[in-house]
Amino acid sequence: MRNPQLDKNGGLQHLLTLDGLPREILVEILDNAAPFTEVAEREVKKLPLLRGKSIFNLFFENSTRTRTTFEIAAKRLSADVVNLNVSTSSTAKGESLLDTIDNLCAMQADMFVVRHAASGAPFLIARHLYEQGRDDIHVINAGDGRHAHPTQGLLDMYTIRHYKGDFTKLSVAIVGDVLHSRVARSQICALVTLGVPEIRVIGPKTLLPTEIEKMGVRVFHDMREGLRDVDVIMMLRLQNERMNGALLPTPQEFYKVWGLTGEKLEYARPDAIVMHPGPMNRGVEIDSAVADGAQAVILPQVTFGIAVRMAVMSMLAS
Amino acid sequence: MKIKISNGRVIDPANASDSVQDLFVADGKIAAIGQVPADFTPERTIDAHGLIVCPGLIDLAARLREPGFEYRATLESEMDAAMAGGVTSLAIPPDTDPPLDEPGLVEMLCHRAKKLNRAHVYPVGALTIGLKGERLSEMAELVDSGCVAFSQSNVPVVDNAVLMRALQYAATFDFRVWLQPLAPFLSRGGFAHDGEVASRLGLPGIPTAAETVALYTYLQLAKVTGARLHITRLSSAEGLGLIEQARSEGMDITCDVSINHLHLCDRDIGYFDANCHLVPPLRSERDRDALRRGLIDGRINALCSDHTPVDDDGKLAPFSESEPGATGLELLLPLTLKWARESGLELVQALARVTSDPARIVGIRKAGHLAPGARADLCLFDPEEVHRISRTGLRSQGKNTPFLGLEMPGRVRYTLVEGQVMFGDSVQ
Repeated sequence: MRNPQLDKNGGLQHLLTLDGLPREILVEILDNAAPFTEVAEREVKKLPLLRGKSIFNLFFENSTRTRTTFEIAAKRLSADVVNLNVSTSSTAKGESLLDTIDNLCAMQADMFVVRHAASGAPFLIARHLYEQGRDDIHVINAGDGRHAHPTQGLLDMYTIRHYKGDFTKLSVAIVGDVLHSRVARSQICALVTLGVPEIRVIGPKTLLPTEIEKMGVRVFHDMREGLRDVDVIMMLRLQNERMNGALLPTPQEFYKVWGLTGEKLEYARPDAIVMHPGPMNRGVEIDSAVADGAQAVILPQVTFGIAVRMAVMSMLAS
Repeated sequence: MKIKISNGRVIDPANASDSVQDLFVADGKIAAIGQVPADFTPERTIDAHGLIVCPGLIDLAARLREPGFEYRATLESEMDAAMAGGVTSLAIPPDTDPPLDEPGLVEMLCHRAKKLNRAHVYPVGALTIGLKGERLSEMAELVDSGCVAFSQSNVPVVDNAVLMRALQYAATFDFRVWLQPLAPFLSRGGFAHDGEVASRLGLPGIPTAAETVALYTYLQLAKVTGARLHITRLSSAEGLGLIEQARSEGMDITCDVSINHLHLCDRDIGYFDANCHLVPPLRSERDRDALRRGLIDGRINALCSDHTPVDDDGKLAPFSESEPGATGLELLLPLTLKWARESGLELVQALARVTSDPARIVGIRKAGHLAPGARADLCLFDPEEVHRISRTGLRSQGKNTPFLGLEMPGRVRYTLVEGQVMFGDSVQ
């Protein structure tokens, strides 16, 4: 089966998922991101790498934060950015996803940054472009359903590498709503590819996907047991609509059992870092004291996120 | 018209016979096999040397999409597909729009089909009005109009009290009820088998419990009501286990599986191939292997196409937003042969699952076998000829199948319905 995100020479054609992405490409993205972090510290924060390129932010699902980071990344590379909030425009009028894509192709798009509520939607777009012979157009998955959020996974790997160095000696815990999390899936795939020997997921059975252990993780339900001696804690966001109902009784109970507090954090290694993809629910999945504490690297994640997205965009466009 | 079909390898699964013979057709019926009948002068002779001559296939689920979904397929296009696939009898699920819940609709469908004069149709009436699971349909009237059984297709009855009453009412007349085991709430919002693949792809899952919980319910209700139950489209090893258990307790119950579930599993979804979006979902490799074994030894009684033509737009959407289903009429025979070959099964046994066995489930006596006097519904095919499944090759208006691009054994050369050649080469 043709790998839809690689070109015929094995190079990166689209970034759709970290699942099955060759280790060399993954590391190359992280390596390429490093110099971009310095751009942000300059007075003129712009590079001419994507001058004249048109990048369409296609958000079929609302997200101000992710869209903004992609927009900043593209603008720092001198690209022209068009933001399309598709959830409120053409699809509401009955236009199909691929009709929208064809229209934008006719406007000479060079790159699509796509967020969609349905898992696999960017794959459909990539296949359509392939069938149309449009290998000049690239797709970046900015989050599809529960499936993948590869740039988030990459920025998390960048953060871990920044603070911890060698992946092959680490113990990493991912905590919370893994079931609905595209972030968790991308993190797990990247950690496995980078050779992290101990990857744990911690949460109630209602929020862990069936047979998740087959992705290469150990399953824990007890927070203290799961956090014992880990080097990295990756918290996940719990969506409001999942807090009361058949998956969880109340946010209070979730906080009591799986919320990251200073007391639970003590089970991890003393130099463990705490990560969160944002936006945080303070007092639900994480205590403010931890979120703002010395071990938290949540804001650096955001900064690295822009550099990683610049790296991905420049690699795809080159 | 008198036809002599000479030198074919005549396989009649109903009689477990398999030998090279001449077969004689007269007045739409099989006149004789082997010995030429007295005063028989063929008006046409078909040279069947190298071909297999078997009863026309009987498909337990062929959606012709009329009424209501003519943009996806029409009676004409799908009857053509049936003829090209050697399928001469079709049970039609009630999930048309409006559903087959009214005698007039069923009569109209039968009338239209009869006018086309190709495959025989056997409508399966809606068990409840509009398939809504609230009010019983006029079952006695529907049977008078031509319905052979009642079902909910894949729209489960939510209220078990209604289901129990529907089974009781059907049992009053000893009508057959065909139910697909799909528990409504457990399957709601899911699109793929709840297992490793769905977890990895982030597709909301349908647990195996959606099948087993429904089966427990159906089996219990069939037991207390005495309804004649046929279970459609099994998908799991556990589901098959429950049916075996019910049989060991003395229940008379039949079941079928689709060609898709016989050959594919959740891994075939690959990178979100919407052609693998099916109801019930493709389950694990272990489930598929259990279904294959079950069909070999007859614990699963029949193989069907679960023919569901979908237009291209219906499939050009993200997996969870695409229309479920796969076209299948032209794949039923090739996939039966492929399964037989891979399982080391004799053709006479394999073909029983698509001829004599489904005939018993539908209640067809005049076809599905080759005894003299039977309807001359015949399929003549070359078992050795390999062909590739392609969009252009498929006559069905639906080009949606996970098997596109694959090579398949078995090419239908002639299809006869009531002694008339409805598909095949020019007269010899």
